[in-house]
Order: sequence, then structure tokens, then C-alpha cells
Amino acid sequence: MKTIQILGTGCAKCQQLAAVAEDAARTLGAPYELRKVTDLKEIMGFGVMRTPALVVDGVVKLSGRVPSAEEARRLLG
Amino acid sequence: MSEATPSAIVAPPAAGRARRRAAAQLGWGLAALGAWIGAYAGLAPASRWLTYGLLRLAPGGRLGAAVEFFLFETPKVLLLLALVVFGVGIVRSYFTPERTRRILAGQRESVGNVMAALLGVVTPFCSCSAVPLFIGFVTAGVPLGVTFSFLISAPMVNEIALVLLFGLFGWQVAAIYLGTGLAIALAAGWTIGRLRLERYVEDWVYQTRVGAAEPEATPTWPARMAAGREAVRDIVGRVWPYVVAGIAVGAGIHGYVPEGFLASVLGRDAWWSVPLAVLIGVPMYSNAAGIIPVVQALLGKGAALGTVLAFMMSVIGLSLPEAIILRKVLRPPLLAAFFGVVALGIMAVGFLFNWIL
Repeated sequence: MKTIQILGTGCAKCQQLAAVAEDAARTLGAPYELRKVTDLKEIMGFGVMRTPALVVDGVVKLSGRVPSAEEARRLLG
Repeated sequence: MSEATPSAIVAPPAAGRARRRAAAQLGWGLAALGAWIGAYAGLAPASRWLTYGLLRLAPGGRLGAAVEFFLFETPKVLLLLALVVFGVGIVRSYFTPERTRRILAGQRESVGNVMAALLGVVTPFCSCSAVPLFIGFVTAGVPLGVTFSFLISAPMVNEIALVLLFGLFGWQVAAIYLGTGLAIALAAGWTIGRLRLERYVEDWVYQTRVGAAEPEATPTWPARMAAGREAVRDIVGRVWPYVVAGIAVGAGIHGYVPEGFLASVLGRDAWWSVPLAVLIGVPMYSNAAGIIPVVQALLGKGAALGTVLAFMMSVIGLSLPEAIILRKVLRPPLLAAFFGVVALGIMAVGFLFNWIL
């Protein structure tokens, strides 16, 4: 099962990333688990300095912006 | 072309495809640039024709002045924004925060302050990134003062502000903003470093272990161009309503507010206008796009340049939301010192320009 984590402290872009990622995951059909990480210490643990960030199965795929739907599908696939 | 016979002499088909793609991209790029130049050159005659020819407004009248201003400035500013944001998007692909962190780690003060201030200009700044950036820098061994130089210049001196200033006031004002913005970032960061306020950083910050980010692959040129286009889509796409609204307000003031009306309140002789402008501006939050066209209308109606610059810098560079966010990592004395030193620097710039102009 794919583990998707959205790193961010809650600003608008973080919500957008969560929405885009959720949509992409649903479109891909595979089982997934989506978690929003808002704790700063945990976010820093990934080595991320720009939020929002997208982490798939423990690997940082994207940070600092919201991807398009198509790019999100590619990053999750 | 046969793909089954690799040969040392014949170039593989993939290279030919890549070259054709690059050539096509270059062709589109040049065409876009040509269209941009054509559109830009045609703006003045087009706006005049639309206002006085098509809409038949009275030349010299207030409505005509306001409408012509709006029709000229809006596409002009948006065109400039698109071009510059694209360019800076490409520059940014060379200077990610992770790379900036590596560059600044362990730098001495003064040299570090200069580099940090300069790097802040090309780094996009979302308030929500302020804390991760701060932690990332501090834990990498970037001196506190150098980190602050970065934190000051990143929001305040950004390409959007510079483009708008250039488009609406000319290159001199943009250059002044850039120069004084960097100077404030430098001086304030260095000063805070001298004050030795490290003990006012929240303890947990130094205890945070920043994981190693995945090493980024060096982007190829098509990837850089894509980053530029993405930046335009993202930034101009988000900011254009503010630009249009701001220019509309500016157009209204341009057409309807009498000359010199604001001079008495914000003019150079009222010495308290600078501190007042800074006091009002600090808690306010606006992106550069929203505030500059209003600023330009104020200038056009007699407000002193120093006061208006000070107002703009304090609105963009410091804000109450940013203070609240930074409170997570800075104890009140350091937070107060940060805001205080920067506000003083902005005031100094305001006084300086009111005095020399």
C-alpha cells in the first residue's frame, strides 16, 4: 500500500497539495494511505525546507509547490 | 532509421530527436519573445486608441485619463511580470534553498551576510516556509545574523516588486529599491549577529535533526525552461487579480485625486510621515503586486518618495502573520529585535530619500 504524506503547517498551498495528491491517488486506483504531517520537527526530519512537500513511501518527491494533476499522478505512480 | 544496428559512427536516433525537440523549443521561445515585444510596443497606441477612439472619452478629462492609464498599465505590467518571472524561474533552478543552505553553511559574517542577502532575492518566499528555512539554515551552521539577512531580503526584495517598480516608475526607482533593500538586509542581519542573541532562539530548534534531503539531479535545460513556465503559471496566475485591482485603484487616483492632495499628509516636510508609514506598514500584509500600484498612485499625487518606499518595504518585508509564524522559533526578545532593527533600517531609508530628493 502506498504511503502518502503531505508535509506542511496548514497554509493554503498545503491544503491544495493534499487535495491534488488525494485526487491523483484515487484516480490511480491503488490502495493508499494519506497523512498530513504538520509537526515541524517531523517535517524537518525529511530534510525539507520548503513547504508544502509531498512524500511517497518515505521519499520526498516534491517540495515548495503544488503540482498539476498529471504531475501528481506521475509522482505517485 | 534502424534502431537495431548500433554503430559507433552513426549517432543514435534519440540524440537526433532530442536535438529536434530542443530546436523546436528554441523556435517557440523566440516566437514568444517576438510576440511579447510586439505586444509591448503596441500598448501605448492601443490604449490611446481604445480610450479616445473606440470609447470616445474626452481627451484631457478625468475618466479618459483614468481609463487610458488602466488600459496601458495593466497589460504592460502583466507582460513585464511574465517575462521577469520566467527569467527568475530559470535562475531559481540554479539556486534551490537546499543549495543555498549548503552555500551559506559555515560562512563568516559580513561575507555571509552579503551572500545571504543576494540569495534571498532569487529565493521565493512563502511565509509558511519561513520556519523550515530558518531551522534548516541554523542547524546547518549558518550564523544567526546571516540567516536573518536571508530572511529579510527574501520577502522584501523579490522580482515581482522589482518588476512592478521598474514598469511603473522606471529603472531608477527599481534600482533604489533593490540597493536599499539589500543594504537593509545586510546591515540588519549583521547587527542582529553582533547582538549575540543566539540564546533567544527556541531550544528545540537547535535540537532538531534535519534529515538529508535526496540529492537533486542537476536539471537539464528543458527542465529549467519548464521551471520558468511553471513559475509564470504559478505566480502570475495567482497575482494578476491583485495587479489589476491595484492598477484600477491607481487609475482612479490618477484620474480623480487632485495633484498634491497627499503632499500635506505624506509630503517631505512632514518628518513624522516616515515613522508613521512604517508603523502602519509593519503589521500589514500584502504581496508586492497588491501594494505597488497603490503606492504608485500615491507617488503620482505628491507623496514623498522616501515615505512611500518606507511604507512599501514595511508592508512587504514585515507583517503580523510573519511575526506569529516566527514566534515558533524565536523568543520575544529576538523577534522584537528582528522587527525593530529592520523597521529602523526602513525608516533610515525613508528619511534618507526624503532628504536627498
